[in-house]
Parts: sequence; structure tokens; C-alpha cells
Amino acid sequence: MDSSTPPGTVRETRNGIRIDLKLVADMIEPGSRVLDVGCGDGELIDYLNRVKQADGRGIELGMEGVNACVAAGLPVIQGDADTDLSDYPDNAFDYVILSLTLQATRAPRDVLANLVRIGRHAIVSIPNFAHWRVRWQIAVHGRMPVNKALPYQWYDTPNIHFCSIRDFVSLCDEMGIVVERAMALDHRGGARRFGRSLYFANVFGEQGVFLLRRRTAA
Amino acid sequence: MAPLKSRSLAEWDARSLPGHQVVLGQAVPLTLDCGTELRDFTVAYQTYGTLNAQRSNAILICHALTGDQFVAETHPVTGKPGWWSTLVGPGRVIDTDRFFVVCSNILGGCMGTAGPTDLNPQTNKPWALDFPVITIRDMVRAQAMLIDHLGIDRLFAVIGGSLGGMQVLEWASSYPDRMFAAVPIATAAHHTAQNIAFHELGRQAIMADPDWRGGNYQLEGVRPERGLAVARMAGHITYLSEAALTRKFGRRLQNRDELTYGFDADFQVESYLRHQGSTFVDRFDANSYLYITRAMDYFDLAARHSGVLAEAFRGSPVRFCVISFTSDWLYPTAECRTIVHALNAAAANVSFVEITSDQGHDSFLLEEPEFFRVMTGFIDGAAERYGLGRSAER
Repeated sequence: MDSSTPPGTVRETRNGIRIDLKLVADMIEPGSRVLDVGCGDGELIDYLNRVKQADGRGIELGMEGVNACVAAGLPVIQGDADTDLSDYPDNAFDYVILSLTLQATRAPRDVLANLVRIGRHAIVSIPNFAHWRVRWQIAVHGRMPVNKALPYQWYDTPNIHFCSIRDFVSLCDEMGIVVERAMALDHRGGARRFGRSLYFANVFGEQGVFLLRRRTAA
Repeated sequence: MAPLKSRSLAEWDARSLPGHQVVLGQAVPLTLDCGTELRDFTVAYQTYGTLNAQRSNAILICHALTGDQFVAETHPVTGKPGWWSTLVGPGRVIDTDRFFVVCSNILGGCMGTAGPTDLNPQTNKPWALDFPVITIRDMVRAQAMLIDHLGIDRLFAVIGGSLGGMQVLEWASSYPDRMFAAVPIATAAHHTAQNIAFHELGRQAIMADPDWRGGNYQLEGVRPERGLAVARMAGHITYLSEAALTRKFGRRLQNRDELTYGFDADFQVESYLRHQGSTFVDRFDANSYLYITRAMDYFDLAARHSGVLAEAFRGSPVRFCVISFTSDWLYPTAECRTIVHALNAAAANVSFVEITSDQGHDSFLLEEPEFFRVMTGFIDGAAERYGLGRSAER
């Protein structure tokens, strides 16, 4: 969650923005209030503010990223998803975004609960630990996976809470979080929506991207 | 211009200083927190740049404890550059080619604005300790009256460090609709026990000086220079850091090769502090020091809101940029973070950066490139949002 590109990032760009960020941006209604948690150098907020006329703000752990954002005129604070989300009131934002960061938090379940509490919607992307390449590296080579999406060795990875797409969906279910939209990104950055058929998404999706909201008390 | 005769503050008439002065509280008095009504009080201020036709490009700068309205020009008393002249000026971070910059001497100050050195109209003697105890909120109320006088409905930004930052927070809390952006720097939403303790040390030093005369030194033609100098020395230590002191002075000796086995200023750091103390008394008033430090000690923004700081900013439309410095132990990053947490809880638009610097609290007065970069970015971004356009590339 430092200011560099997060683990599992698809680096190619399309229309001037990283493909995974574009996918997130496309889910956001114009003119929304958005909080990007782990906003890095602020690329997504800048895009949302420019292209979607959003009121986009950010939280970033790394001071270098924060200073770069603020120096570029973006409203970003230095902070931590694990500790700082609890400050915000309910429904403070239309969307709260957590890109490829949940696996690096200390208490992902609490973070997730905060995301859907302070945002009317949350957009969460995760690296899928059940992708076939990961399975292959563990099953055949007997080694912890190291690849383009998970570039760290086991001893220096910031990722401490891995999950698969299926694990994530099941946690949402358990927490009463509604998955409004679910997409799997393959290793080329191609996006595919998946509904109830989790199997293919969980094997061939390198990342899962989810649009979430908490179940309204009825 | 040449500095005025600078030997003694008693010898210079603050009313004859350059800059502007206005008498406020004539129609409606300023009701202070202590209950006293202040009428016909003078506010001395300085401006830089030009107010645009829409009256939308005004920036109010709030000065710190020992600062004044001479932000960006040669100081008329000391002859030194203005305290923020590296930051404020044509083409600088706060660009006076774009913005109309206003800075007023705070209430209780000694550079032309009403304070304890002024004559009490009822007695025709200096107010001294009869001057009402003022608060930061009172200072800000007086500033708001000045802004009214200048015909400005809404400031583009209110910016200040330390005590100036407290005024910025008070502005954002009291007049959120009269400002677009707020930049509180190296500051806190309340004074901690440690902050109060250091101030009490300074005040006791002043009051222990036999020349203080129960505050009536002006009438008796003396000045508590030794007390004020000690107060300044103690204060000055809190503005620095161990790293900065070590880098500047270490244990180096002052103009000598060996220890003298006496109480002369053997060490460079002693000589430096003595110099700081002795030059300070030439430009500052002891009773002003008491009043202003008291106002800072009384500051507790959350207290007015049932102890919940976020309530001070509820629904705030203000765009904030909170800045702290790593080596500032007087108003440490944790204090700024408390402000940021409260602003988050109020869902306010806030940026927050901590600048790496070993210069201590004084960092905000010094040329720190990262600090300047962040300020420039925030001001440009805010100006663009406010419809003042982006600055030319620089």
C-alpha cells in the first residue's frame, strides 16, 4: 500500500488510465463523492475529477504518494485503511474504492465493513489467489506464487491476507453485503462479468472487481 | 525604508509604523469572550497585491505569536526581511501577482493593533493589565470586522502557522461560509498541558522581572527586558529541535578554545539564545507576550462543541490542507492528525501532509522545498476550483 504501483496491478493503459482503474471508473456515476483508499499517486482521483466531475478524495499510506497528490492539487490525506476509515460518518461518500489493497490490511473484514458503511457503494478489487497460475505454482512446483500479479517473494510481501474470488464472495454473503456487480480480469486486463458461475471466474480471473453495497435494513 | 529607531519599543510609536490602520467597533462594539465590549479599537494591517473586480482573490494570512503584519517586506523595526517573504510575494507560492494578501496585527499585539500597550481612553494611561483578556476567537472576530471593512464577502483562503494555524481553524469553524480554503500549518486544535507549561514558564519569567512593576512598566519608564528575554529564550528552544541545535551548534565553544569555568556563554548555543532574547525585547512588548500566550492557552476548539472537535466543522464547505512537520515537537504531527480525524468525521474536504524536516516547529517559517511544493499544489488546485484559474507554469 505504498505509493508505488500496488501488487497485482495491470500496468497497460487505455484512454490515459490504467485498465483496472478504468474499469473502476466506469462503475462510478458522474458527479459522485468518491473516496479512494490507497490512492497511490492519485491517478484515479484525478481521472474521476476531470472526466466524471467527481468530488474525489484519497487516503494513502505512503507520504511520497500523498505529497505528490497534494502538490498536484488533489485532496489526499496520509492515512491507513485499517485505522482511519472508522472516523468517517455513515454514507459520507457515494463510492469508496479499495483497489488491490484489502489483502494488505491487518483486519480485512473490518475494513470491508467500514467501506460499505461510509460509502453508499464500495468498489473493491482483489488479486485472486485461486487463479490457475497460482494453483499451478503451488500444486506443481510447490512454491509460493510469484508472477506479474503477485510480484513479491513470501518474505517481503505486504500481502498478508490473501483470498480467492470465491472466498471474497462468500465473506460478502456472510456479512450481508450485496454484490451488485462482479467482474473478473484476465491476465491481459480483459474484463468479464460473472454472475452465479463462480467457477470460471475463480480459475481464470487474475483479479476480481466488485461493486458492493450493504443490505438495506428492511 | 530605513528601520525606525530600534533601541526600545517604548521609544517608537506603533501608530507611526507603515501600513494601514483602521478603527473598528465604532457602530457595533466587539464583544469579547470575557464579556467586555471593545469599542473604537485600532487594527493595523498590511496588504500585498490587488483585489480583483469580483473581490474573490483575497487571502488572509494569520501571523504567529511573535509575528506581525509585515509578512513580505523589510520589517520597519528590525530591518530584516518579512517573516514569510520566502513564501509570499510576486511569483512566489502565495503569489501577490494573483492574490490580494491581507495580514493584520492580532488583537493584543504590539504593532499597532489594540493591545495592552495602547492608551486606555478612560484613563489616558496605558491599558497594561486592565486590557481585557482576549481569546483566539476574539482575534478572529476582529479580523472578520477588518474583512468587512475591506468589502470582502468571502476570502479565497485563510492561511497561517502555529498560533496563525489556530486562527485558521477558528475562522473555518466560525465563518465557514466566508472562506473557500483553509491552510492550518504546524498547529493544534487545543493547547496541551505541555504547551501551557512552556507558556507559563515564559510568563513567570516576565512577571519575576522587578522591572515588570505589576505590568505598569510603561508608566514607570522601565521595561522588563530580562524577563522577556528569558521568556523568548525558553520559547525559542521549543521552536527548534535537538537535531537542528546539534547541527547548528553541537557542543562548540563561543569565541574561545577552552571552558572558562564560569557562567559566561561558553557554548555557542548559549550565545545564540542570549542573542535571540536580547534582540526580541527590541521589537516586542512583555504584556503583549502575556496576553497572546494566554489566548493560546485558552484555545480549545472542541470544548465549545461538547468536546467533539468534528462538531466544530460539521457540514463545512471549506477545503482544508493541514500540514505538519516531522521534527515539530511543540505542535507534533499527532495534533494535526487529530484535526484531520475530526475533519474526516465531519466529511470535510481535507488534504493532509507531513513534511520531513529536522528544523522543528520553525520549519513553517523556513524555505522547505517539499512544504513549498505542497502549498503551491494545494493553492493552485483550490484556485482552479474556486474559478480563479490555474497559475502560469513556474
